[in-house]
Amino acid sequence: MDSHKGVLVCGEITGGKLAPITIELLGIGRKLADELGEELSALLMGSQAGGLGKEAIAYGADKVHVAEDRLLDGYNSDAYTQVTANLCSKVLPAVVLIGHTDIGCDLAPRLNGRLGGGLAMDCQALSIDSAKLLVSTRPVFGGNANATMVSKSARPQMATLRPKTVPPAERDDSRKGEVIPIEDKIDPSALKVKVVDRIKEEVEGVKLEDAEVVVSGGRGIGSAENFEILRELAGVFGGAVGATRPACDEGWAPMTLQIGQTGKVVSPKLYIAVALSGAIQHIGGCLGSKYIVAINNDEEANIFSVAHFGIVADYKEVVPALTAKLKDLIK
Amino acid sequence: MNIIVCVKQVLDPEIPPAKFKIDPEAKQVIPPPGVPPVISLFDERAVEAACRLKDKHGGTITVISLGPEKAAEVVKHAIAMGADEGYILQDAAFENLDSFGIAYVLGKAIQKIGGYDLVLCGRQSADWGNSQVGSILAEILGIPVITLAGDIEAADNKLKVKRIVRDGYEVLEAPMPSLVTVSNEIGLPRLPAGVRIMIAARKQVPVWTAQDIGAESSQLDKANAHTEVTGLSVPTRKTECEIVTGDTPGEAAANLASKLAKLL
Repeated sequence: MDSHKGVLVCGEITGGKLAPITIELLGIGRKLADELGEELSALLMGSQAGGLGKEAIAYGADKVHVAEDRLLDGYNSDAYTQVTANLCSKVLPAVVLIGHTDIGCDLAPRLNGRLGGGLAMDCQALSIDSAKLLVSTRPVFGGNANATMVSKSARPQMATLRPKTVPPAERDDSRKGEVIPIEDKIDPSALKVKVVDRIKEEVEGVKLEDAEVVVSGGRGIGSAENFEILRELAGVFGGAVGATRPACDEGWAPMTLQIGQTGKVVSPKLYIAVALSGAIQHIGGCLGSKYIVAINNDEEANIFSVAHFGIVADYKEVVPALTAKLKDLIK
Repeated sequence: MNIIVCVKQVLDPEIPPAKFKIDPEAKQVIPPPGVPPVISLFDERAVEAACRLKDKHGGTITVISLGPEKAAEVVKHAIAMGADEGYILQDAAFENLDSFGIAYVLGKAIQKIGGYDLVLCGRQSADWGNSQVGSILAEILGIPVITLAGDIEAADNKLKVKRIVRDGYEVLEAPMPSLVTVSNEIGLPRLPAGVRIMIAARKQVPVWTAQDIGAESSQLDKANAHTEVTGLSVPTRKTECEIVTGDTPGEAAANLASKLAKLL
């Protein structure tokens, strides 16, 4: 396996810029490549990719492979897999890093299936061990445990990294590197799945991921109407409302508000968890919050084990009073 | 249409964290006594998706599960929901396989069943959550794959799939056969009717071994594993929770409000 060398970051472009996760991957990728004493390269796909090659170099890449093809504007699983797999077969990276995003969650396992590598998904830490193997740390059993994984012989060693788990790379415009266009054309006969439409579901008000205060409700809320009680509290702070998977499954809150392992991961200043038990899968989505407040009538609820403040009572008696008092205090 | 659904039996993910114990040496989880294992959440949604397609278009649903004989419980659960046939894939050589090994075994069983229009998997398992068996399986079978489905429709020998993304969804169209991984956005699974539970209870769930499906031992050799778990630990979380009180819940709320106002 000695023929496999270097670290390859599969980049993402959003709004004509390198996605934040890509800048984070370039940061950790640079570190891993330095520890291996090998090169860091990046792959950028889409008609805007060429113009961003220099950016990727400024953020740490030695080489940037760019595939400028309109077919790569917007994620197309078949096309992305083809381009990425072809590049990997050519440059033989030892390590491939991908964001744990809408794109990465689809691309990484498929790419792995095609290349026969070793993949760890949704990693929260990456390092190189004394045998120069990639060590990936990821939550398992819904977050009840952490596992470390390695690939002793399978190559490439692959990982998807959860966004915002490492700091972004520092920009240095004096860095030198090489932008290499990918000349291979995409084989259209391999594009089996057609992207018919992309629908954006706008949520009113502040975005969950950007909110400084998130008020979240679970199974105990009881109905869609009762979520209004949470919206009023969130409104005091100019915050956002979230929900647990069971509450979303019941249809009480839109699926786009789901917080947790398979939903959104939020890290606001204040997270107010209302009538939710604190299933480990949910806690994984809010543990990065600075302060967690739990309101639950069951004092045994697991949410109290991660909360800084709690009230043990029926939320219907607590939340309206909390909203009223905060309205007076925050003006 | 003929659908094959892959399901897994897992430790109940809803057990309280206090009951969650591991053996760090063996890198395994110790199942708490008295807590029966369950069908993995997203796999149950995959069965639901299959049942909805069958309700609309007819055809058959075949369920396969790689696991011990006890996994017949989750296959029977799927049959109670509406599946027609089920098989357990069990062999000493199937234990502790990595994602490639699992996908290989499932692929062999699916090839033996044959004649499928659609293969469904959950988006990830509720236990190890490696989140890649479906995609690897599609590569092995040489069929297209769509991940994270929130809705699946079939018409004119094509599949129309709503793929859930962060801020909405994509509408994708795939030929048949394809493989689709299912997310919880598909909706809640049905509760099996009593009659179906009786049918499932009486149903034979054959066990297929490596030999039955023609799995080659070289593909199952742990020495060729693509990934290996080198450590398992339970994270320690130390948070002191201050319980805010008052004579009434309303007063406790007012006291909490004062504290929160100072934090922001």
